[in-house]
Amino acid sequence: MILAWLLVLLLVGGILAWVSDRVHPQLPRWVALSVTLACLLMTLFLWLETPAHTANTWLMRYEVPWIPQWGVSFSLALDGLSLLMLALTFFIGLVSILISWKEIQTKVGFFHFNILWVLAGITGVFLTMDLFLFYFFWEVMLIPMYFLIGIWGHENRTYAAYKFFIFTQASGLLMLLSILGLYFVHGTATGTYSFNYFDLLGTNFPLGVEKWLMAGFLAAFLVKLPVVPFHSWLPDAHSQAPTAGSVILAGLLLKTGAYGLLRFVVPLFPEAAQVFAPWAMLLGVIGILYGAILAFAQTDLKRLIAYTSVSHMGFVVLGVFAFNQWAYQGVVMQMITHGLSTGALFILAGFLYERLHTRDIRQMGGFWPTLPKMGVIAMVFVMASLGLPGLGNFIAEFLTLVGSWRASPVFTVFATIGLVAATVYSLRIMQKVFLGQHHTTHRMQDLSPRELGIAVPLVVLILWLGLNPQPVLDLARGSLETQLEAYAQPSLKITSPNSVTLIAHPQDSVHTLKGGSHALK
Amino acid sequence: MRLNDVHYLMPVLILVAGAIVTMLSVAVKRNHRVVFGLTLLAHFAALFTLLPLRGFSYQIPPFLIVDGWGVFTMGLILMTSLFVTLVSYAYFEQREERKEEYYILLLLATLGTCVLVISQHFMALFLGLEVLSVSLYALISYLRLREMSDEAGIKYLILAAMSSAFMLFGMALMYAVTGTMSFTDIAVYLRSMQDIPLLFLTGFGLIVVGVGFKLGVVPFHMWAPDVYEGAPAPVTAFIATASKGGMMGLLIRFITETDGYRYPSLVLIFTCIALASMVAGNLLALRQKNIKRLLAYSSIAHLGYLLIAFLAGNQLGVEAVSFYLVAYFITTLGSFGVVALLSDNIRDADQLEDYRGLFWRRPATAAIFTAMLLSLAGIPLTAGFVGKFYILASGVNTQQWLLVAMLVLNSVIGLYYYIKVIAVMFAQPEKKPELRKVLHPAVSFASGATMAVLALLLVWIGVYPTTLVQIIRGLLVTFMASR
Repeated sequence: MILAWLLVLLLVGGILAWVSDRVHPQLPRWVALSVTLACLLMTLFLWLETPAHTANTWLMRYEVPWIPQWGVSFSLALDGLSLLMLALTFFIGLVSILISWKEIQTKVGFFHFNILWVLAGITGVFLTMDLFLFYFFWEVMLIPMYFLIGIWGHENRTYAAYKFFIFTQASGLLMLLSILGLYFVHGTATGTYSFNYFDLLGTNFPLGVEKWLMAGFLAAFLVKLPVVPFHSWLPDAHSQAPTAGSVILAGLLLKTGAYGLLRFVVPLFPEAAQVFAPWAMLLGVIGILYGAILAFAQTDLKRLIAYTSVSHMGFVVLGVFAFNQWAYQGVVMQMITHGLSTGALFILAGFLYERLHTRDIRQMGGFWPTLPKMGVIAMVFVMASLGLPGLGNFIAEFLTLVGSWRASPVFTVFATIGLVAATVYSLRIMQKVFLGQHHTTHRMQDLSPRELGIAVPLVVLILWLGLNPQPVLDLARGSLETQLEAYAQPSLKITSPNSVTLIAHPQDSVHTLKGGSHALK
Repeated sequence: MRLNDVHYLMPVLILVAGAIVTMLSVAVKRNHRVVFGLTLLAHFAALFTLLPLRGFSYQIPPFLIVDGWGVFTMGLILMTSLFVTLVSYAYFEQREERKEEYYILLLLATLGTCVLVISQHFMALFLGLEVLSVSLYALISYLRLREMSDEAGIKYLILAAMSSAFMLFGMALMYAVTGTMSFTDIAVYLRSMQDIPLLFLTGFGLIVVGVGFKLGVVPFHMWAPDVYEGAPAPVTAFIATASKGGMMGLLIRFITETDGYRYPSLVLIFTCIALASMVAGNLLALRQKNIKRLLAYSSIAHLGYLLIAFLAGNQLGVEAVSFYLVAYFITTLGSFGVVALLSDNIRDADQLEDYRGLFWRRPATAAIFTAMLLSLAGIPLTAGFVGKFYILASGVNTQQWLLVAMLVLNSVIGLYYYIKVIAVMFAQPEKKPELRKVLHPAVSFASGATMAVLALLLVWIGVYPTTLVQIIRGLLVTFMASR
């Protein structure tokens, strides 16, 4: 039940924020802030309540019938992976509300409505265990994001918003086709027509069919991630969005793609995924190198950071298709640390934009003497981005590379070159912005207490993840093992997917679906 | 005709009575409000008498049949016409022409559509079709002082008359082959044959011309943009919904009755029409600057989507058609309702520029229009999404991969022009728009409330489609059981 409350809180909070605009222009900010804070606290509470080593991967499930005629249920479930993602979601959400405090001055209510609904969509994606509902939330996070870019974005916002919407919608529709295909294949084979993830796990299909169905899911996730041939929406969307939009895009929306790969593609289509793995790893490596090279060539600061995302997400693809525990832990770490570090870089770009009204790094330089605090914080995240030991990203990339070495040494070698390239483009940020000649003459304020209040927790977190990643890894381990179950014993699919037992927290009750057998047939 | 038949024909008879009473009241004294009230009353009464007819399959030989499908489509058409009436009041209140005859014509058009969907004989079919068409000729050019309306009316008149002639010829050919005009007897004849006779196929082809014209599918779509543009916004809403839905209802009845899905040539014809409609409709809509024309092309594409579910030809397909019709009707009524709401007494608000910055001027109207457009684009939380999902499901179920793939591709193309309109509404207005004459608050309240109801229905069906699915399944029992 608490899972459903998270969603209800965000959706209702969004409407409240919109309406409260009429009462007082500052009120939506406080509404959004308190709602997100409440969600964050609930998630942290769940984390603390979780025993460190449990035999059971599923911490909580909630299920009520939604469209029983079609076998659709409102099904939410929480495991270690989703819990981590939720914590990241609400933290990033909190940060993005705080950075908009001064930046957004028009239509404040509608802005915060959109922020909260994006967060609700993302939360839904991380929680839902019903493929219909998953698609539903997948699209729900799209429209508010479209408005965030299209209304509050920079000069070329309409184009960027179109591109973002059309890319993700097109790929999402392909996923919908695959979901339907999976539904009917499973339905005709077993007689139960259901969109439930636990029912669909372990469906048997001929390899040809499996490949096509997986292709649909891959289309959605690889575009969202993004992987190189499908990445072209990302630089536009990231650079044109307002700071909060960029932070949510980089910090959260990209992670839904990675999450989808881990949660759906890997366990649902084990054979096809293994066939596709070498190609996926190739795409990942291309992404790492290509993103890094393009990042180095950019002059627009936000565009530069956007391309580093392409590069970093290459590691995720590489890790996911290595199919082992090491790589998967690396992927999870990468999702979290990339969310924090890239989010932080976008925030810094936003701070600079507020002061300079430009994102062109050719017009920046020599800011260290005037902006020492900002410089230090930028230093930390630039180092994080290049993978300096002691910061979270190092753990992530190291684990991913160790894992992928077992799967394919050749690709790993090339991926490692990407780390060198990361050093080059990261240091270029530092050099162009904070070191070198001073170009502008106008005075600039160093970070205000509010800005420091945003930046310092990010620094603390990235350091904590770098120095003590074990709690995160422990939390994720159980669910990652579940995803990999089908690969542990090759040629043996999960035989009893329904044996996933439910432990419900006292306040939770699990309703099983009645009449799930009549369906869309 | 037995006395019992009257009970089953009550909704249709009430519409007839409504039209006559309205006409008489106009003869006594012209009063917009009274006529409006009478029209509403007729709709409510017809809907009320329709309710107890659920769950029966009642033949009124030789012409009519009232079964689950007929009740469903009649109910849908009556509801649509009711919403059109509600929106019309404010729209016509600010116009200088005589308003009262409009409602009589609207009732007659609704009557024709209702007869169309319960007919099981070519005679009844033609009767219904002509009652509908003739009322539409007058409705389309109702505001005859407007520049475009004569053009639209004459265009529709000529083309509709042509298509009726084609249809009559087709019926005659079928009659020549089979010796009967009743759907069931044609089915019996076809079952006795190994293959379709060529002459019968020719006749069917000619009927497809007439059907295709009313549905506005490619290649019989040429009239749609001009008529949509020239007709008053509420009439456009009626043409886009009730008239098309009625024809779709008839088509499904005819094909299911005669088991047309057995013949690959028929399936091929409709597959080609579906593909052409989707592609042409969406591509032509891309460059439109006129909202009414844009919606015309978009409705051509949507009828193409609908044909996919129609082609599935099983229970799931008919369910999908029914569901999609409901979703599409709500959406289309909502969109044209917004157009009508924003129109002033000079012209309809049909230029894209009229919508620039609408969100900052009239947030509620813009939000409703956005919801409608998103529903047309098939985005979740709206009925359009569930409808499209249903159609995709029926397509995937019968493995029509080509059609399904085209549907996906076309949804993406469609998305472009829908969000183009949304983007215009959310853009900051460049100049301050001139203030317009505000109607009496109660008048705009009626339209506003109608819009709000439509928007709520849209979201409700989008979030919780279970009820509607149940209703459709319940009504289709009698229709599908007779197969």
